[in-house]
Formats: sequence, structure tokens, C-alpha cells
Amino acid sequence: MKRFLLPLAVFVVLVGFLAAGLTLNPREVPSPLVGKPAPPFRLPQLHEQDKTFSPSDMAGRVWLLNVWASWCGGCKEEHPVLMRIAKAGDVPIYGMDYKDRRDEALTWLRRHGNPYPITAMDEAGRIGIDYGVYGVPETYVIDKQGVIRYKQIGPLDDEIVAKKVLPLVKELQSK
Amino acid sequence: MRWLAFVLVLVPGMTYAGEARPLAENPLAEARLKHLAVELRCLVCQNQTLADSNAPLAEDLRREVREMITKNLTDQEIIDFLVSRYGDFVLYRPPWKAATVLLWLGPFLLLGAGASALVVALRRRTRRPLDVPMTEAERRRVEQLLSQGGSRL
Repeated sequence: MKRFLLPLAVFVVLVGFLAAGLTLNPREVPSPLVGKPAPPFRLPQLHEQDKTFSPSDMAGRVWLLNVWASWCGGCKEEHPVLMRIAKAGDVPIYGMDYKDRRDEALTWLRRHGNPYPITAMDEAGRIGIDYGVYGVPETYVIDKQGVIRYKQIGPLDDEIVAKKVLPLVKELQSK
Repeated sequence: MRWLAFVLVLVPGMTYAGEARPLAENPLAEARLKHLAVELRCLVCQNQTLADSNAPLAEDLRREVREMITKNLTDQEIIDFLVSRYGDFVLYRPPWKAATVLLWLGPFLLLGAGASALVVALRRRTRRPLDVPMTEAERRRVEQLLSQGGSRL
């Protein structure tokens, strides 16, 4: 009986490691940008091409930057969540339309609703690289000083919004 | 009919054979890009290098790296640029630091543990027969079996 104890122990430890590994998401790469100032940019707006948007316009406010695209499947899944946040009005969501076509992006917003006061157009995806975007949708919580406080890779859902995003936003707003 | 078949066989030989175009105007920059891109991970298809991946992001990052090469940035500057945006994960060779100690030493620790387990097991095995006490009846039985020359097997 005793001779089986050691292999059994090794087996249990191995199963423990594998089980823990299964619950991790390999897409969730910790971003080195959290705690750093949001990279500056000035991009043309989606709706009014001759106007621009820059994170510096948002100084003094806590806001969300949501990177999305009309070609992105996860964005459709996430969209109702964003619409609810926009309706509640706890925090403004600004959009960055990533590697997209203007006409398709506009159609997409008309069809699904527009939670963004302003959407910036990153057609070439260069600003996306500055923000370390690799899987849209991605959402950044940016504080009054323009520092990134949180990064969500992949779609937001009601649970993440209620447990992580909104409490963080409240805390940052009260500072 | 036979001559027609013969002509048809020759037709493929007459197609235009152009020389493959170089990938970029600057072969030196392209060589550096290739050298760098195999060290960098594409974050979309995580088990592919930047050189292998056809993901749009990988194309953009290659473009970005190519531009930095033409601006004469050093390899280290280019790698720092990417790490500051995507983290150490973008490197196929993780840097040596506190969080990665287990990653680097883990295989050697496991190898050591396995080797010592093997040594212990082998030692125990050679010792075991001496430790087994035998009664007189058992000894007679063994001798009887041996004298039968294994025919009872």
C-alpha cells in the first residue's frame, strides 16, 4: 500500500496544477501599461471627420476607452453591456474604432446603438500598438491624471463591470 | 494525334518563369527584421512568432519594426518598445527575474528530483533480497525448484 502513496501524491499535485491551469485564460496577458500614463494621440473622429479626439481632452475626468471594430465578434457580445453603462451615466465611454472602415463602423453603430459620446478612428492601427491592443474589444479605465488604472482584454460583461470597473471608477472619481 | 500530345506536353515548359522579387528594397533591413521577428511572439496566435504569423496585428508589428530598423534603432531599443506595450510575454526568451526564476530553473529541479528518485529506487532494489529472511522450509523449496531446472515454468 505504501508504495502507491508517492505516485499518488505526485498524481494529485499534477492534477492540481493542470486544474488550476485550465481555469486561467492565456489571453489575459498582464499589461505593462497599467499604472502608466495613457499614451497620447490625436485622431480624427468617426462621426465628424474634421474634428479630432485626444486623451488630453479628458483631463480631470475618469473615463473608459473602449477599443472596438465593426469586424469584431466579441464587440457585438459586449455592446449591450456598454449601452447599459452609457445609459446609467456613471462613467463616459469613449470609443476607438480600430483598423476599421468608416462606413462600416457608422452602419454598425446605427444598427447596435452608440454608447460613445465620441469615437476616434485608428484606421492604421498605430495607436492600437501604443496601447498594446492585441485582441479587440479592449477597455481601459483612465483616471483624472490620465493614468491607465485597469485594462480589460476581451469583452466586458455585467459581472466584471459590477465587481471591478464601477468600484474602481467610483474610487478614482472620489480622489 | 501523337504529335499533338507531344506538343501539349511541351506547353507547360513555355510558361513565364520570373525571378522571385525581393521582399523589400532594403535586404539588410529585411534580414534584421527576420532575425528579430523569430524572437518575438505574435499576441494574437500566441504560439507563433511574429515572423510566422499572418494575423493583421503581426503585419502591423512587422511594419512597425521595419520602420524602427530604417530609423537605425538598435535591437534592444526595438525590443524595449514592444515590451513596454505588450509586456515580457512578447519575448520568446523570457528575461531572468524574480517572477521567472521557477520558469528557468523548474525543468532542472524536476530533472534533479527525478534523478534522485531513480537513484534511491535503484539502491533500494539492490538491497532488498538480502533483507528478506527465509525459513528452512522455504530454502528447501527453492533448492527443489532450482534442481528441476525451471521446467515448472
